[in-house]
Amino acid sequence: MNTEPSSPAIRIDDLVVERGHTTVLDHLSLSVEAGSITGLLGPSGSGKTTLMRAIVGTQKLTSGSVTVLGHAAGDKRLRTRLAYVTQSASVYDDLSVWDNLRYFAAILGAEDDIDGVLAATDLADLARRRVGALSGGQRSRVSLAAALLGGPDVLVLDEPTVGLDPILRASLWDLFHRLADGGATLLVSSHVMDEATRCDDLLLLSSGRLLAQGTPAGLIERTGTDSIEAAFISCARGGQS
Amino acid sequence: MNRTIATTRRVLTQIAHDKRTLGLLLVVPALLIGLVAWIFSETPVFDHIAGQLIAMFPFVTMFLVTSIATLRERRSGTLERLLTMPVSRADFIFGYAIAFGLLALAQSIICVSWAVFVCGFDPGDHVAVFVATTMLNGILGTAFGLFASAFAATEFQAVQFMPALVFPQILLAGLFLPTDQLPRALEFVAHLLPMTYAFDALTEVTVANPDMSAVAFDNAVLGGFVVVLLTLGSLSLRRRTR
Repeated sequence: MNTEPSSPAIRIDDLVVERGHTTVLDHLSLSVEAGSITGLLGPSGSGKTTLMRAIVGTQKLTSGSVTVLGHAAGDKRLRTRLAYVTQSASVYDDLSVWDNLRYFAAILGAEDDIDGVLAATDLADLARRRVGALSGGQRSRVSLAAALLGGPDVLVLDEPTVGLDPILRASLWDLFHRLADGGATLLVSSHVMDEATRCDDLLLLSSGRLLAQGTPAGLIERTGTDSIEAAFISCARGGQS
Repeated sequence: MNRTIATTRRVLTQIAHDKRTLGLLLVVPALLIGLVAWIFSETPVFDHIAGQLIAMFPFVTMFLVTSIATLRERRSGTLERLLTMPVSRADFIFGYAIAFGLLALAQSIICVSWAVFVCGFDPGDHVAVFVATTMLNGILGTAFGLFASAFAATEFQAVQFMPALVFPQILLAGLFLPTDQLPRALEFVAHLLPMTYAFDALTEVTVANPDMSAVAFDNAVLGGFVVVLLTLGSLSLRRRTR
């Protein structure tokens, strides 16, 4: 399962990110296959968000390289092909759901997609509501909806299901699978280990280092454990991978 | 260009949703001018300082509104999102400058109308130039706000930039004492600050037989400051950060 696919959607070689005197990402190398859902798991402070920002191209790199769809991360050509959803909803609270999407659609040149993403994120009934008046889960869905505009090839989602009820969470994972089936590559971070089983591939991150990469079943088998959580602990203690 | 217009429309929609801010922006300056007119109602002072007051309000209000608005963009993550999208820094900066420029125009039309029709202020023969200069001042405030917000980490800091960056300009621009009567060193400093040229233009344009070439020169200097500040502000919009 660690064999190199012909052309990974995301490829990271020996990536180091230092902030002040702390090393946030410590010589990371990994690749993410196109058309798959990869889960990025790790405790809070393990470097998940920094890794995502490096892939999106908003993070200054100390050394190493990050390549997305064959271009250096942050390349101009990626700006319509890659979408990023930050952990806290990055939308305008003082605008309606519709006005938010209309603005981002205008930027992306994807005005015809608005109705589609509203339906996909189950927001059609809330379109005229002001985002600031919505619940936390609804706001993060608006943020996700904005990212779906223009049908990006790569979606980087930082904890997209936090604070959602189980039914909504299940429906979002169904959406992620539909997107991946359509050829999109998804990188989804989570600190909820039970979401890991919904991913095709997993990256276990701890203290800025990659503990292990593999399928959920593969990781459990390799560590001789019975859950992803136990596999994570086993990797973190023994350094097996 | 479409993205600039989209940004302008978005910023104006945000303001339009915030009725109280809109009301404060448009009405308060006129009321303050009315108050000053009333204070000086038994003296001839108001006619001399009305132009300067009308210049001051768009600058101060647009400075505050812009610095807070862009700081909110930085902190809410929307700026980071936009910079991962195909939007240029110029789209963002000009989108804001046009939106607040239009607000400044509305504000100055209300202010000037109030000063003329209610307070009896005589704006001279070049009302259009007077209003345009006032609007340019509003755009200058926007440019200053964009620039200042880059150095503010919190809303508290952004608000404190007003006494730090705006008050000295107003004090030196000739509100209390004409710049040519200031100590030599302060007069020199005053001529490095844009507000001095704004006050100068708005004082000159209201007198009888104004020297319109001097007014044009002042406005050109103001335009130059706008360009420099917007450029500096756009440099502060970094796609990559630590």
